[in-house]
Amino acid sequence: MDAFQSLMQGFSGALIPINLLVVFLGVTAGTVIGMLPGIGPINGIAILIPITFALGIDPTAMLILFAGIYYGAQYGNSISTILLNVPGTPSSVATALDGHPMAKSGRAGPALAISAIASFVGGTVAVIGLMFLAPVLSKWAIRFGPAEYFVLILFTFTMLSALSGKQFIKGLLATGIGLMLATIGIDGGTGIPRYTFGHLAFYDGLDFAVVTIGLFAISEVFLLIEQTQTAGEVNTKLGRVMVTLKEFLSCWWGMIRSAVTGFLIGVLPGAGATIASFMAYATEQRLVDKKGTFGTGDIRAVAAPESANNAAVSGALIPMLTLGVPGSGTTAVILGALLALNLNPGPLFIVQHADMFWTLIASMYIGNIMLLVLNLPLVGLFVKVLLIPRYILVPGVAMISYGAIYAASSSMTDLMLMTGFGLLGYLMRKTDFPLAPVILALVLGPMMETSLRRALSLSNGDWGVLFASPLVLVLWGLVAVSAFVPLIRTLRRARQYNDSEQH
Amino acid sequence: MKMLKVFALVCAFLFVQQSAMAFEPRNVLCIAPSDPGGGWDFTCRNMAPILSDLDLVKGRIRTQNMPGAGGGVAYAHVVGQQKGNANLLVAASTATTTRLAQKMFQGFDADDVRWLAALGADYGIVAVSPNSRFKTLDDLVAALKDNPAGMSFVGGSAVGGWDHLKMLMLADAAGVENLKAVRYTSFSSGGPAIIEIMGGRADVFTGDVSESLTQLEAGSLKVLAVLGDARLPGVLADVPTAKELGYDVIGANWRGFYLPAGVSDEQYAYWSDAMKKLAASEKFKTLREQNGLAAFERTGTEMDEFVLNQVKSLEKLFARMGQ
Repeated sequence: MDAFQSLMQGFSGALIPINLLVVFLGVTAGTVIGMLPGIGPINGIAILIPITFALGIDPTAMLILFAGIYYGAQYGNSISTILLNVPGTPSSVATALDGHPMAKSGRAGPALAISAIASFVGGTVAVIGLMFLAPVLSKWAIRFGPAEYFVLILFTFTMLSALSGKQFIKGLLATGIGLMLATIGIDGGTGIPRYTFGHLAFYDGLDFAVVTIGLFAISEVFLLIEQTQTAGEVNTKLGRVMVTLKEFLSCWWGMIRSAVTGFLIGVLPGAGATIASFMAYATEQRLVDKKGTFGTGDIRAVAAPESANNAAVSGALIPMLTLGVPGSGTTAVILGALLALNLNPGPLFIVQHADMFWTLIASMYIGNIMLLVLNLPLVGLFVKVLLIPRYILVPGVAMISYGAIYAASSSMTDLMLMTGFGLLGYLMRKTDFPLAPVILALVLGPMMETSLRRALSLSNGDWGVLFASPLVLVLWGLVAVSAFVPLIRTLRRARQYNDSEQH
Repeated sequence: MKMLKVFALVCAFLFVQQSAMAFEPRNVLCIAPSDPGGGWDFTCRNMAPILSDLDLVKGRIRTQNMPGAGGGVAYAHVVGQQKGNANLLVAASTATTTRLAQKMFQGFDADDVRWLAALGADYGIVAVSPNSRFKTLDDLVAALKDNPAGMSFVGGSAVGGWDHLKMLMLADAAGVENLKAVRYTSFSSGGPAIIEIMGGRADVFTGDVSESLTQLEAGSLKVLAVLGDARLPGVLADVPTAKELGYDVIGANWRGFYLPAGVSDEQYAYWSDAMKKLAASEKFKTLREQNGLAAFERTGTEMDEFVLNQVKSLEKLFARMGQ
């Protein structure tokens, strides 16, 4: 088999000591970067680029290094998310929904372990996909125009009910808050500033990291302070460190499904890991959550988004390598570095630089295994974070959050905004409002708006464009199923209830 | 008390000492008014350090990212708080001047800073799909005159941004009266806009050379004209300039620096001289070529004039658009 032979050649390239070292450095650095909220792989890689140029590192090794940081960061991200409820990026918000409740109930070990395993599964499935499907999928990415994006995002929104738990109306209100926040900033379609009140700081809109860390981490700090005042020290149990076989098996198919979803969504330029992780969470909730335990610390709800966001990260490499179009902010930075080395990713890349492509693929297999080996034994160490006494933990979380945001933007306004969102998050939690829909709406709202407007602008105002391609019709079908099935189910349940009342 | 006097004396001495010596930058900081990655960050992290390599600046040049408002946050910071700081460089490009021309840095004008240098430029292109109905720039212009709304332009900048402006300049040079009717759809960067061309959903891409190199080499984009002074080397050697074809449009997206206002003439002269040497160095030329930038050099007062003129002419174009 052709691909297999090429892969073997790739391994022979990836297994030379310098490349092994580079993979190791990449994934380790990635894990650390991912653990620190707000820094993220984009900044990490952008800062490393001039250094690697100065050191004159071989281009293949450089690509391996950057890819390692990129997918390694997704592993690391889940650690601070689960333990401290500090999701560093929007793509790990879905993990926080059940990951942090697990940690609170003394199951931090299994949560971290399953997230490492799920990341491995997602990463591996995606690498296999990357290997066989890269050229085919690049065509699928081209067919995705603004109309398709619009309906895809609409589809994601119909799944929102999964994130709201039993508080459906409150979930809708939270979505509304997110959508309103999303309109702040310069409108790309007209160049007109909206809701900026003349302040330059608002021109780019709100930074996701500021809102996410504010809503989740800072509100957590407020809650912890309150608990120390009212309930005194809460005894933290550590519990076991590993997942049981039973837990693992309960997650297995969910991880596979999520990996496929994540990979396919990751391939679409711009859609990325956030949509993938939320969609995986919502799908699993509909498929397997019979007892309504999602949202309260269900291990399957940690496995699904973690698998999906890792798969999405590898998927995002496809449009970059095969079309020369970056699928995410991080791949845009990597693309810039490759261009500077006179390597032009694009339709001819896999042919012209076959050895490089296959070495990268092989290195990703190795990197994923390294991450698993690196992360699983460290789970025991990471969970000890929970033993840190409150009087150190609370200021610690606050310091990391403020430090990370300030390091990224050096803006006082961002710090004040983050504090404001911390207060908002605190109030929302006190009144049982779900936080995740705010983030999802903030990420998706602008994408949905601009996609619709782009579609209409390209079609010169003809709404028919929203129904013009087979792909878009399939997506409408998904929207219909996703919006009506729960409704029908609810109605049927209500009827059954009525029937049983009458008899 | 005595200590204080001694301290004051030492300070005074150091001050006199320093002002007597020729200007020498120290602890130089370069502000990239964006997140890491992208053009301004590149200007600070890759171009500026060559000044240290050439010994024009002692020590390493640090980079600080100050994202916000498309450079407006950094502009406000430099005008408001860094007046007279001669150890500060700020990365800038055409994106900075278009926003100034649109009055998008509220309360600030182009003459609030001292424009230092442009070092290299990314030239604009007019590109279509290889199987487009437009085979030449003349085809395109004829169709545009016939029906300004009959085709869709795409680019990687917002409405009123650089890619949109290149389209307007072209339509203007072609004699299109109703500039408002020409349809432009904005994307977050060049990549997604190119996908629209490849997917057959849009007609013309008015981006820059560097962001479309891969597609040009693969043949998935066809360039009708380059918006430069002269033909470009490499893949685009056979593509005519718009000027050759009779349309006087130059779209040079330059990269460079400005200094805070209030630096002395001596300091300004030092920096513009340093920039000249930087532009002439082999190391810089290699870097420039690797990144798909063409030669484009303006330094010192020449740069200051160039920018102020550019802003003025852009303001006129915007006025015609009714923005």
